[in-house]
Amino acid sequence: MSLQYGQVLHYLPDFLWGAGLSLWIAAVAFAGGLLIGLVGAAILTSAPWWARLPVIGYVRFFTYTPQLVQIFFLFFALPEFGVILPPIAAVLIGMTLNAGAYLTEIERAGFESVPPAELDAAETLGFSRVQTVWHVIAPHVVRTLYPSLSNHYIIMTLGTSMAAIFGVEELTARALNANAISFRSVEIFSLAALIYIALTIIASFLLWGLGRWLFRIRARVF
Amino acid sequence: MSAWSIVAAEAPRFFTYWNMLFLTQAVGNTLIASVVGCGLGYALGFLLAVLRLPQVMPLPPVRAAAILWVEAFRRIPFLVLLLLVFFLTQALRLEAPLWSIAVAAVAIRMSALAAENIRAGLDSVRPQQWEAALTMNLAPLAALFRIVLPQSWRVILPPSIVHVLSMVKETSLVSQIGFIELTFAAKMLTQRGFSAILTYGTALVMYFLISWLLASLARAAGRKLTARPIVLTP
Repeated sequence: MSLQYGQVLHYLPDFLWGAGLSLWIAAVAFAGGLLIGLVGAAILTSAPWWARLPVIGYVRFFTYTPQLVQIFFLFFALPEFGVILPPIAAVLIGMTLNAGAYLTEIERAGFESVPPAELDAAETLGFSRVQTVWHVIAPHVVRTLYPSLSNHYIIMTLGTSMAAIFGVEELTARALNANAISFRSVEIFSLAALIYIALTIIASFLLWGLGRWLFRIRARVF
Repeated sequence: MSAWSIVAAEAPRFFTYWNMLFLTQAVGNTLIASVVGCGLGYALGFLLAVLRLPQVMPLPPVRAAAILWVEAFRRIPFLVLLLLVFFLTQALRLEAPLWSIAVAAVAIRMSALAAENIRAGLDSVRPQQWEAALTMNLAPLAALFRIVLPQSWRVILPPSIVHVLSMVKETSLVSQIGFIELTFAAKMLTQRGFSAILTYGTALVMYFLISWLLASLARAAGRKLTARPIVLTP
């Protein structure tokens, strides 16, 4: 076996555009998942049991089954109900629902990190609702959530590679295309792997720095 | 015809003995790839975690290499890693059967995750335990196996069950190289003309049951051994 990286290096700009799309998919799905998670976590921490039950079911279903099969189901089973999704929509909806389930659990842990005694203290001191949220709840929630949320964003960036299976032109799909043209498989997929490694190391570093600068969190990111 | 009436009409043809046998064998393949892969991965991960312990490994380059391996392989998506292993075996002209490629990819990915988990477990034991053991003239490996490791099992075990659960889900990607595990079996049944609601729906239910079993096991282990909550990972 001889490796010929010279023959695949001209794919690098193309791959980097694909990596941009990967980051975009992860960001959109993460933002959607964050909203779902916020609602889900709010219901889980403070709603009656009949409202909690569907949320628990949703979280269980999406965390216990593979994301790939969930998207397969959206992509191939929904047309039978007359809903035809383009690949990018199926991937985004699937990843958003999946992220929503994981982020519900993560955000619930964040909400539960506020010690009840501090809430009582705030009430005794005559804090308004806004003051309580800003000075008592937010610092705890942000400190607990920031590292887990950053980790999950990076895990989701890696998870976007399965969009390739549905024909979305992100990094892995571009690697598969380049492989079909050039047959330099090992070179191409090791190049793609290196881009993923570089991407997540940069993301880890940026998120770590941001957490340190904004919230003085020293926790390691991914 | 509406979707539900199609499903109702196809169901008796779908839920036959042979189709269910086919799916059960596919579940077996999913479990083989994930459980055997995780077992090998944990063995390799343990080696990596031990190699980066300064108490055991005095050579910095070896420690750096172990860290590099872990940092690299936990940052490569499983699909890309799988394709890399797949094409590497082709390029090296190894006549590797598909199951061995699946197991190898799972093992490499798991070695990185396991090394992190085992390191967290070893770090949970107070450093004074190491110091006391080494002061009492135990060899570094004896200190590891007799003093530190027995105390770190309770931190290592619950997340390792979660890792098996994660890999059961991740092996759905092995369908892409043609290994007949649960997702590929569902795809084959879809191609034989069954409604995707039935095929992928059944696959989802089967994945759910396996994960439910493993998650209950992890939660029980977590309650018994650690105070830390069990967090499922994708």
